[in-house]
Amino acid sequence: MSFDFSFTDEHEELRATIRGFLQGRSDEAAVREQMATERGYDPETWQQMAEQMGLAGLLIPEEHGGAGFGYVELLIVMEEMGRALFCAPYLGTAVLATNALLQCADEKTRKELLTEIAAGRATASLAHAEPNGRWDLEGIEMEARKTDSGYELTGTKTWVLDGHTADVLLVVARSAEGLSLFRVEPDADGLSRTLVPSLDTTRKLARVTFEGTPAVRVSAGDQTEALRRVLALTQAALAAEQVGGAQRCLEMATDFAKTRLQFGRPIGSYQAIKHKCADMLVEVEMAKSAAYAACFAAATDQDDFLETAALAKACCSETYFHAAAENIQIHGGMGFTWELPVHLYFKRAKASELFLGDAAHHREVLADLVGI
Amino acid sequence: MAEHRIMSDEELRERTRALLDEVHPEKVESIPFRQKQYEHGLAWVHFPEGYGGLGLSPKMNLIVHDEITKHSKVVHNDPPASIIGIGMGAPVVLTYGTEEMKKRLLPKIFSGEEIWCQLFSEPSAGSDVAGLASTAVRDGDDWILNGQKVWTTVAHLSRWGMLLARTNPDVPKHDGLSYFVLDMHAPGVEVRPLYQITGEAEFNEVFMTDVRIPHDRMLGKEGQGWRVAITTLMNERVAIGGGGSKRKGGGATAQLLKLWQERKQGGRSAGQEAILRDRVTRAYIETELLRLTAQRARAAQKSGNPGPEGSVSKLAQAEIHKRLWELAIDVLGDDGLSFEAGYELRQNSPTPDTVEALAKYQFLRSRANSIEGGTSEIMRNILGERVLGLPGEPRVDKEVAWKEVPRS
Repeated sequence: MSFDFSFTDEHEELRATIRGFLQGRSDEAAVREQMATERGYDPETWQQMAEQMGLAGLLIPEEHGGAGFGYVELLIVMEEMGRALFCAPYLGTAVLATNALLQCADEKTRKELLTEIAAGRATASLAHAEPNGRWDLEGIEMEARKTDSGYELTGTKTWVLDGHTADVLLVVARSAEGLSLFRVEPDADGLSRTLVPSLDTTRKLARVTFEGTPAVRVSAGDQTEALRRVLALTQAALAAEQVGGAQRCLEMATDFAKTRLQFGRPIGSYQAIKHKCADMLVEVEMAKSAAYAACFAAATDQDDFLETAALAKACCSETYFHAAAENIQIHGGMGFTWELPVHLYFKRAKASELFLGDAAHHREVLADLVGI
Repeated sequence: MAEHRIMSDEELRERTRALLDEVHPEKVESIPFRQKQYEHGLAWVHFPEGYGGLGLSPKMNLIVHDEITKHSKVVHNDPPASIIGIGMGAPVVLTYGTEEMKKRLLPKIFSGEEIWCQLFSEPSAGSDVAGLASTAVRDGDDWILNGQKVWTTVAHLSRWGMLLARTNPDVPKHDGLSYFVLDMHAPGVEVRPLYQITGEAEFNEVFMTDVRIPHDRMLGKEGQGWRVAITTLMNERVAIGGGGSKRKGGGATAQLLKLWQERKQGGRSAGQEAILRDRVTRAYIETELLRLTAQRARAAQKSGNPGPEGSVSKLAQAEIHKRLWELAIDVLGDDGLSFEAGYELRQNSPTPDTVEALAKYQFLRSRANSIEGGTSEIMRNILGERVLGLPGEPRVDKEVAWKEVPRS
């Protein structure tokens, strides 16, 4: 492996800048406000992030108006966003849809849409999963029907990130060439987009149905391998977000254990609690190694990137959920209340675990890749 | 930190070549070569001149090793039995020993002529080493020693032992200890093998009955033994945590995967196979995490910004290693019922010649991983208190005379 997990001073500065920004724009009150809305994010914050910080176009090349950064920078941003439970279409637009455009779309589409995304003028969604419950590409059944003017889509796409609000809708469906990327206008005929009431209200998911909906194919040739990479890149970013959240849960739990007194002493002085915290620390540090490895592997284009991404998604999913669950337990009765933010992390953790395939799914992917 | 002398890499390489001109590893045995290496100050270059070193930075030891490797097919590395003497004995003698002790002891530690062992743990003092009960009572210029030590590696080969004994039972436990260099050949010292779960004896028990130690063999002052010992214990934990495979899917994982690939066919239902495959993948992931975390810890150390990633490996490695070998037996299935090597009590460690035999041996041996060098429970206390900053348990043995503290 030819990377060594080293962060530069510029990386540390980036982390401090993002953390500062999110402390101002994504404190608990802001998270609670946004999660209660249908849109799920504050457009003004999104605009500011895009224009002043270049975050919407972090992965987008400079020629298309982006920041031209890579996966090490993205891992830092995702970790900080996960920590703050930041409510924004970031994973859907700046990671999933952006990667799909970069990997699959033709030059004209790439140029047009990436420029809009980088400028903060457009959010985007990639609709791939279907009601059969499969997260792998082989599970995609939707067939695009060729028409005189282009294509028509019929069927349902599930768990589309921000699909109810996205300005740009990208859809994966089968054409004669194999898996292809389609673009659908948000006001197209026969298109219906519905917000799904979700377990984790800090991230919005939609169900999108198509009934002879006109679509434009924006890729050439079979996109199966490119899309596999798109999903793996998204898993790596999500893994980084998961460790950011897990680290925050560990901090909340230990801070509480230091100050909560029972039987005359801090509960963190009891080994029953202290050892839970120590085990969380071990798991979080290991999960960081996995998420960082996946993002560094993406940044340096390692041959075993797909393996590392599967490993990271499997590991970080379980670690985040376990940390979030222990955080409730350590907070005792208060951890179960609406009032404390503890439950928000618990819900985000489980939703992130299920999204793009759970730990068992990714262990199976890894086992196939390494020949177990 | 001590000031290091400045010497160019090239000059150190020249000095190493001068050693090789005088005596070449391909032509002499380990002991005579290492004697000369010591005389040239190339044993531990970070030690002072005249004591096997040149007063350089510890990092420069690698240059000596590199230069020797470049010019010789044979390399006389630290002999396995000398690991304790070199890793713990030499630094403690250098820091606390008299001039005479340094001159007398250090050359033979390095050459391998004299083996050292560590006499800290006792039957009643495991995790709580500072509670130990072996006593040393002053008698003129000597101390008279009585008690029992346990888990002593290479005691049966050792010339010298690093010993902690209680010289004052009337003060709190940490304050009543003194540190001695014990002559393992002295009358009243008896070493017996301690047979373990596998039937082998990697360790010994050491019984001490009215053993006389001259007062000038004390390291540090009377009552300062704990401080002297701390240095030694820190070195041990670093040594144990640093392992793990360097290569993806290497080490224990490779053995597990071999067992998995060669598993008996047809004995399990598809459902059972799927469950087992998931567990094997989990074990693969866990060992990868150890490797990646060690890599991340090295990177953080190099950049001068070390975080908790370096502290978690001892605990993680112990638990992961145990789980991996438990799984290996489950992969063997009914073949796990046999134990071909047998349990004949013996002092040499068996070298399993098949993966199956290795798995069965490691299944038993790995139980010690979460006990030796700090139990996993103690490691969790350390992580909780020193890394996370959680408060300690109320202590019943603080500020109480050692003799008043209940013992088992």
